[in-house]
Amino acid sequence: MKTRPRFFTFAAPSRFYRLAGLLVPWLYGVAAIFAVAGLYIGLFVAPTDATQGEAYRIIFVHVPAAWMSMLLYMAMAGWAAVGWAFNARLASMLARAIAPTGAAFTFLALWTGAFWGKPTWGTWWVWDARLTSELILLFLYLGYLALVEAIDDTRRADQAGALLAVIGAVNVPIIYFSVRWWNTLHQGATISMTAAPKMANTMLTSMLLMTISFWAYAFAVTFARTRAIVLERERQAEWVHGVVVPLESRKP
Amino acid sequence: MTGAAVRSVLGRDLRLASRRPIDAFLPVVFFLVAGSLFPLGVGPEANVLRQIAPGVVWVCALLSAMMSLGSLYGGDYADGSLEQMLISAQPTLLIVCAKALAHWIMTGLPLILVAPLLGMLFDMHSDAIQTLVWSLLLGTPILSLVGGVGAALTLGLRNGAVLILLLVLPLCIPVLIFGAGAVANVDMGLSPSGHLSLLGALLLLTLLGAPVATSAALRISV
Repeated sequence: MKTRPRFFTFAAPSRFYRLAGLLVPWLYGVAAIFAVAGLYIGLFVAPTDATQGEAYRIIFVHVPAAWMSMLLYMAMAGWAAVGWAFNARLASMLARAIAPTGAAFTFLALWTGAFWGKPTWGTWWVWDARLTSELILLFLYLGYLALVEAIDDTRRADQAGALLAVIGAVNVPIIYFSVRWWNTLHQGATISMTAAPKMANTMLTSMLLMTISFWAYAFAVTFARTRAIVLERERQAEWVHGVVVPLESRKP
Repeated sequence: MTGAAVRSVLGRDLRLASRRPIDAFLPVVFFLVAGSLFPLGVGPEANVLRQIAPGVVWVCALLSAMMSLGSLYGGDYADGSLEQMLISAQPTLLIVCAKALAHWIMTGLPLILVAPLLGMLFDMHSDAIQTLVWSLLLGTPILSLVGGVGAALTLGLRNGAVLILLLVLPLCIPVLIFGAGAVANVDMGLSPSGHLSLLGALLLLTLLGAPVATSAALRISV
């Protein structure tokens, strides 16, 4: 059964299942190696910051996590929309698989931000525009997850989730700018994060390594979750019975 | 022809509401009760109350608009009339707009009428109250329109009422910011026109987008 690879070859759940199964261990490996390298450079090699001391080192986790949180929302909305518009089953499954990882990264970004804020600003939380929009992003993720989990019919769940994700994606810029105006009009920017001095090269290297690691991790975990969803949804298909042996027919 | 469809859906919803007057009053009562809890929690200091008044009134308006969303499509879905409306020859967009208008007349309009009362309880100035009414007039239709999307998405689900809150509230944050911001500007002696204009822009944008999204959501859910 040798088929010429085409653009949509891996849109078939069975083929994607096998491909993802091959890739996942490698992706985990890449994530681990780059995380070790990035953290080593970030924690031991990068110089101490002149104004913030050692506390700034949390940005090597914080900034990549914040990037991933926004990127994954767009990826989720995009795949959900593709799945809805073209009735592509795998795209909907991918969207469902991306959401928990995106929510986790958003939470991580908020959490590490709070840990950074305490020694630097002297407070866990300020109602800064960026922090507030990240919090709202977390709410959008939670709304998506709650909606798709509440609907039992998978087809309806995928489509409803897609609509919500697209509305959220359209709203994100509106929310971001309204929060920015709200903040600047109300109290004036007490703390500016944008006025950061130029970064040392080692800091940048570490941040890039961590970003690659987070990308690989996001791919690995999303693919692993997609594999589980594929098995669950395709349980009637012939090929699944070759992969998963039902419990009652297992030999003792 | 199309006007008749809008009028009949609108008239039907209003008539159904008038048969259960207590149900129709619940959102307004909730608005007043929730609003008058704040002085009890924060303390009777007039200056503090005047400062938090715009935010409190707006948050209460937001919550009370959300409260009544469950019944926007819920009843029609349960007895099958929603299905009949969708398969009728009338465009779904019109039906959705008529339903949103009915929802606004039943929940948004009473809120606007009662809001000055709440403003007086919070010792707001008369021009601040005037701006509050204007901001509610522009903002509450947005809540009915966006809320319709949430109501359509969660039709017939377990915990639908709580789910609507989680879906719709984050999307309504801009309305809250500009609505309360307009009133706060008056308190600081600035012009509220910028915020009101932005609210108007949001209303136009929602008017364009929300009915389309709602009818898509209805087609997914039914």
